[in-house]
Parts: sequence; structure tokens; C-alpha cells
Amino acid sequence: MDLRFGDSEPTDEERAAVDALLGPPASSWEGAGRSDADLRWARGGRAARDRRDLLLPGLHALNDRVGWISDGGLDYLCRRLTVPPSEAYGVATFYAMFSVRPRPATVLHVCTDLACAAAGAPKLCEAVEARLGPESGVRVERSPCLGLCERAPAALVVRAGEDAARAVTDGGTPRATAVSALATPGAVVRAALTPENAPEEPPAALAVPQAPDPGLLLLGRVGAVDPADLDDYRAHGGYTALRRAFALGPAGVIREVTDSGLLGRGGAAFPTGRKWQATASQPDRPHHLVCNADESEPGTFKDRVLMEGDPYALVEAMTIAAYATGARHGHLYLRGEYPRALVRMEHAIAQARARGLLGDDILGQGFSFDIEIRRGAGAYICGEETALFNSIEGFRGEPRSKPPFPVEKGLFGKPTAANNVETLVNVLPVLTLGAQAYAAIGTGASAGPKLFCVSGSVERPGVYELPFGATLGELLELAGVRDSLRAVLLGGAAGGFVRPDELDIPLTFEGARAAGTTLGSGVVMAFDDTVPLPRLLLRIAEFFRDESCGQCVPCRVGTVRQEEALHRIAERTGADAAADIALLREVGRAMRDASICGLGQTAWNAVESAIDRLGAYE
Amino acid sequence: MTVTPLGIPRRLLEFTLDGEPVRAPEGSTILDACRAAGKDVPTLCEGDTLTPKNACRVCVVEVEGSRTLVPACSRKAEAGMEVRTGTERARHSRKVVLELLASSVDLSTTPRVAEWLKEYGAKPDRFGPDAARLNEEPRVDNGLYVRDYGKCILCYKCVDACGDQWQNTFAISVAGRGFGARVAVEHDAPLTDSACVYCGNCIEVCPTGALSFKSEFDMRGAGTWDESRQTRTTTVCAYCGVGCNLTLHVQDNEIVKVTSPHDNPVTHGNLCIKGRFGYQHVQNRD
Repeated sequence: MDLRFGDSEPTDEERAAVDALLGPPASSWEGAGRSDADLRWARGGRAARDRRDLLLPGLHALNDRVGWISDGGLDYLCRRLTVPPSEAYGVATFYAMFSVRPRPATVLHVCTDLACAAAGAPKLCEAVEARLGPESGVRVERSPCLGLCERAPAALVVRAGEDAARAVTDGGTPRATAVSALATPGAVVRAALTPENAPEEPPAALAVPQAPDPGLLLLGRVGAVDPADLDDYRAHGGYTALRRAFALGPAGVIREVTDSGLLGRGGAAFPTGRKWQATASQPDRPHHLVCNADESEPGTFKDRVLMEGDPYALVEAMTIAAYATGARHGHLYLRGEYPRALVRMEHAIAQARARGLLGDDILGQGFSFDIEIRRGAGAYICGEETALFNSIEGFRGEPRSKPPFPVEKGLFGKPTAANNVETLVNVLPVLTLGAQAYAAIGTGASAGPKLFCVSGSVERPGVYELPFGATLGELLELAGVRDSLRAVLLGGAAGGFVRPDELDIPLTFEGARAAGTTLGSGVVMAFDDTVPLPRLLLRIAEFFRDESCGQCVPCRVGTVRQEEALHRIAERTGADAAADIALLREVGRAMRDASICGLGQTAWNAVESAIDRLGAYE
Repeated sequence: MTVTPLGIPRRLLEFTLDGEPVRAPEGSTILDACRAAGKDVPTLCEGDTLTPKNACRVCVVEVEGSRTLVPACSRKAEAGMEVRTGTERARHSRKVVLELLASSVDLSTTPRVAEWLKEYGAKPDRFGPDAARLNEEPRVDNGLYVRDYGKCILCYKCVDACGDQWQNTFAISVAGRGFGARVAVEHDAPLTDSACVYCGNCIEVCPTGALSFKSEFDMRGAGTWDESRQTRTTTVCAYCGVGCNLTLHVQDNEIVKVTSPHDNPVTHGNLCIKGRFGYQHVQNRD
């Protein structure tokens, strides 16, 4: 590889930002001043290229400090990491939170996705845009779901600067970000202009209407423990599961998880025990553990609440998963739009490390494991596990084709167990209760408790924990559904709509499948008749058009054609819409059959269900 | 003397292709087996010298037990597999993929695509006159070759040929996302400000003519490009001792384009700037 760099120089600020992450450059080969010694010495080959995975953190460092990624800053980062500038440019332009054009230091992301749109986001957006003109120094961007649906409408302020960079690396309070939810134009504008004075977010427990309820297996500690206090966590039953795991041994843990019938909670419902067994049995080393916390499915916020309310539970669960699968390195890929979850997890990991619960020889058992957090940068597709691996490795977050599957060739081409946050946290009750007792919860085919993210037209939106098998109606009853219910969206934008007269659908994987719909990631979004259905469908189509990575043709062009057709029929019904609906079906079928990954394969589901079940456009 | 490497003998796998039992060497793809059986499966992003990215999805086939269709170009054949290439489901996806491409990209210089559009009954204009297109102006920023991204189907072949699969120059990458994704050099700069070494190995693999010799681009613009009047002569490059094969495309006694045979065991169709573009001295008649 013979790298060529342009003439653009980094500013002192950009240089400092990158050096804060990577340390000062060792030689002119990495961007330091040139000396005689450099003529006799070169660093190259694998050693120089092996740090490619620091590209995404490096781009974050530049963006956190100056608010955008300049030519000079990008070139300097590339020199430091021996990455071709064209590839780094391709990566930087992949993520929605980065800009390669100058922009103000403060960016206000106003959520205009489903739950927020139903709660008045368009008006909020207009009002905010009117008050934050170009002279305000704030860039207003319309954002996909921010995962704050229980407090819709929501907005997130991100301000670049030295404070921002420090807040992120030191794990202190994220002074340079502010969340404004249940937002009013006034509050959002104040937060955007002075994020450091924005009021503290309400505690995570407010997102759990059932709290405090010690009987809950997954949410029991949310609101009951201090999320910053490791001792409090231990006093509430923390780290008993890890001790049990050490007593069982890795094979015993896998047996227990397999017997429990635990299925993945990220949407695909793959048996966790089988995944762990397949990873553990691979002869290739090292093994990796990845926790997928890139929770971006519109309407989903359960993982955020878990990480904000009970961060040590995830640390413990990841340690158990690593022990079982033989991994020594864990990556926690955390959504870029979750500043508080980031701070809580950073703090929890640092505390666990300081107390010998991460690092070498955990609890004197001779097992070593540590967790590294990687921040996403605004790409729904990175929730797809192979896209997530590419993102961590410093490449564009494009899904890989399977086979080979991650258990065989995953992160860095090595055997990898990739699990969702909720799935991992379920491992704790599996071990503390025992597989049999856990399997007795829920139904035969869907064991255990499940988290549901209820939002939209209900009195008490939030995360609910119910054993599998409760009906949709019971869940909505609990959340205080309003009378004017018109439709319920299950599983998020990649899920499907059901009618108000279908509330007896059992909330299990098999029950949802039998009813021709999906639980997906556990989204339950209720809509009344105040929002026209065509507008919601258009928003879903826009979302997928924006979030398609662009790799395969059915998804890259298909999502555009779908959006165009939905625009054409937004105001039409019956025979006037029939031709475009036929077109939608044909394109949708090809997307489902021929796309590389789940994004393209499911992008048409929700619209199709609205046409077939709700009679949209009739 | 030409030495033909025989390689390690490979086990033959037996599986079913459109109801017929076939045998394919272990490690070969479904596409290899289809071609060996004389079946014509359309391909765009697959290239004989590259690892397929399977991005175009025009070669999809049905495999028994698979939830979705699978790309024939990259799925390895497995013993006992049941593959069907011409089902309604596979043909539907191919048709829609061709329609999506043809409605958004200029495929006028893509070989065979007109034939496929007809075969699959694809009607690209049914997305209406307002269907979004790439609408990119040709980029003429150097004297050797032109990048006309209005014709780009984003097959990734040029990126792979420029990067780790052949040239290791990494001058280009895919930038942006979704429908806005484009092949670009860093900061979307002109080629002359990039790491490009003008080997032209990207032109060699481009399936649509989005990348072309400046000479070809100019002649097409003037309406004088006529492949039926061209001869192709394979010879040996005279510049250095490697001895790469060149195929000179000659029209009206002028070299108009240089390619290289892909089956050459040394170069696999790759050349350097001298072999690819340094032919003017041959035509210097002064």
C-alpha cells in the first residue's frame, strides 16, 4: 500500500483531538515533523495497518472537537493509522452524525420518526427552525428515531468542542450533549443554545411504569439501585450469576442457557445457547464477544433503559457470555445517539475494572476479559451484526454476505458471538433461577420474560416486562390505551401493523408468526386516528431510503421507488391507487427475496401490512 | 514451454441443478456449475478476475431450504443442494432488479443488458417520468480516462481492482450512503489530486462503460465509435521485462483502446500506465 496524501494540513485543534486518542505520533511516517532518523527507519506492514479499527473512534474525536471532519483532519488521521484517505472518506461519509462539510459546532437532532411525528414533531421542528436561524450557530437536523419514544417528541443537542471531547473520554457528565424530551419549542431552543445548562434528564426508572417492582427479572433493579454504585448492584443480587457461571464452567453455562430455551431478543429470535455453543467449539482463536447496543429500530428503547438504569447487569452478563464462549475481548457497540447510556456504561466498566470484575483473573478464577465501548455514528444498518463488525473494524458499515456466519468468521474474521443487550441481560436470571425455572416462564416455544417498548397513543408509555404469552390487549391495557385506537405497529419500522380488533394476539414469537406478524425487537406503538396513515407509511419508506447502505440494488433503488410510489398515492384511494400498489408489491417482493440483509428484506413489511390488514388506500 | 499448473485434485460434489444431477469441483460456485452445464445466468458485478461482491443481485437463484434467493456468483456449491435457476420467483427478482437499474442508471453501453431486459420482460419506464436517476455528468479531469458515473451500477469492481484485490493503490472508494452512494476519491476531488496511478485496471473490469478510455469516450461523443470495424490484436508489451500481454483495439489504423487478456497467468488482465495508455509512439508516423 503506497499512500498518497494531499497538501491539506490539520489545524492544531484537529491534531490535538487525534493525538488525545492515539498519543503523539512516533515519527514523520505518522505525521510528526521529519527528522534525519526518519530517513533510516520506516514503520509499515501489518503493524502499521492493524490499527484500522481506530478509524471510527478517530473520526468521532475530530467530530467531537470541531463539529465536522475537514480534509486536513481526515488526512492527518489517515497518516496516523496508515489508512488510505479515499477509504476513510468513504467511511466518514457513511455515517449520518458526521459531516465532511463545515457546519456549526452545535447540531440539534429533532426526531421526526413515528412516535414523535404522532406527538407533534413536525410542528416542533418548524417552530424550532424558525427560532434557530443561521445566525444562531445551531444546525437543526431532522433525525430518525432517537430512542426516546416514551417521552415524545424528543430532541438531542450535540455540541462539539473541548468539553465534548473530554466528556466522552473521561466518562464525566456529558456536558456537551443535552436531551430534551416531551419537548417544547422553548425548551429545545434553550437546550440548543446552552446545552451545559439544560436540565438533567429524568431518571431511567421513569421509563419503566412498573417500577419499582423487585419481582421483575430484567427491570427489577431499574430505579431500585444507584446505576453508578457497584456495591448497590451487588447488594441487589449483582454478580451472583457470574459466581454460578464459574461454578458451572463454560460448558455448563452453555448447557444451562440452551436448556433455558432463551431466544435472541434483537429481532431474529435465534437460540442463544446454540450460538454460544457454535462459537465456543470453533478451533480458530481468538474468539470475540460483541454486544449489539446499536438500538436503532424506530420505537425501540429497551436497551437504553437497561443500560441507563442497570449498567452493571450488562457488564456482568457480557462477562458470563465471554466466559462461556471463550472470548477475552468484548466490544460493546453503543448507539451514537445515546449519550447517557454511554456515560453510564463507561463508568460501570471502569468501576468493574477497578474492582477486579473485569481485566485479568476475574474473581480469582484465572479468567481474563475486558470490554471496549465503540460508539456508533448514526447508521441503522450497523445494527445488522455483520455491518456492525465492519463498522468496528473501521470499514463502511455494509453487511457481509452469509455464509460464513459470525460464529465462524465474525469480528476481525474470527469466531464471534454477537448478542443483543436484552438477550445478554436475560442470561442473569437463567443462571440465578436455573434453566428449568426460567424455561417455566412464558410459553413452551418462547421462554422467559420479554421487554416491550410501548409508545404512541397510550397513557403510560415506557418499557414493560411481561412473561411471553400475555396478549397484546393485556399489554395495552397495562399501558393505558386510549379509546380511539386505529392501529398498532408491532416490531418497529421493519415489523407490521395490526388492527384494533386483533388485540388477542399472544405476544410470543410463535403467536405473532401464526398471526402473520412479528414481535421484532418488542416495539408496540399505538396510533389513534389523529395521524393519517399514509403519512406514517411515507415516513417508514423515507426511513428505509435514508438508512439503506446502498450496497445491493434491490434495497438501494427499491427503497427509492417505494417512497416515490407512496408519495404518488398519499392522497389517493381505491382504483386511483391500485396501479401503484401493484408496483409496490412487485418491488417489495424482489426486495424481500433478493436483498443482501434484513434491512432490505424487511423494508416493505410494514407498508404491506398496512395495505393488507388495515386497508390503507382503500 | 508453457507450464499449466494442475493444482491439487478437487473432490467432486454432487447436487441438483434444475432437476438434473450435476457434479462440480469442491469450492466452485453455483454460477460455475451453471456455466459448466451451459445455463445462461445474467451477471453484472461478477468478474472473472475478482471476488464477487454480490451487490447487483441479478444472478439470484432459488436454493431449496433457503428463506431468500441466493446469489449464484458467490454461493459455493454444496453436496445435496437443490438449485433452481429459472423459477418464477428467481425470474421475478431478476426482472425487478433490471428494471430498478435501468430506470436509474444509463445502461446504454452495458453489454447484453438489452437482451436481458427483453428476456425477462422488464419495463424500466413503469416507474414514471419522475423516477429518480443518478444524473451525474461525465468527469473528464485527465487526458487518459473518463468517469461517467451516470452509468455506474455500483458493482464495486473498480474499487476492488484498485484496492486489495489487485492494484493496492486505494485511490477510490464508495462514499456516501444509499441511493446517494458514489464511487469517489477522497474529498470527491478530481482524479489528478488523488492516489490514482492511471493503471486503468478499473476500466478493465467496469461492466457498464462508466469508466472508459478518453479516446473511446470522445469517439462515442463524435459518433465514430464502431466496434464492428475494430480489430483486436494481442501482443506483448515492449516496455519492460515482465512481458504482459496487450490486446490492441484498432479502428481505422489507430489504436483506440488497450485491454489485456484476463486468462494471462501473470497479469490476469492488469497492466500499468505504460502498457495501458503509452501506445502513442506506435502511431507516430513522423
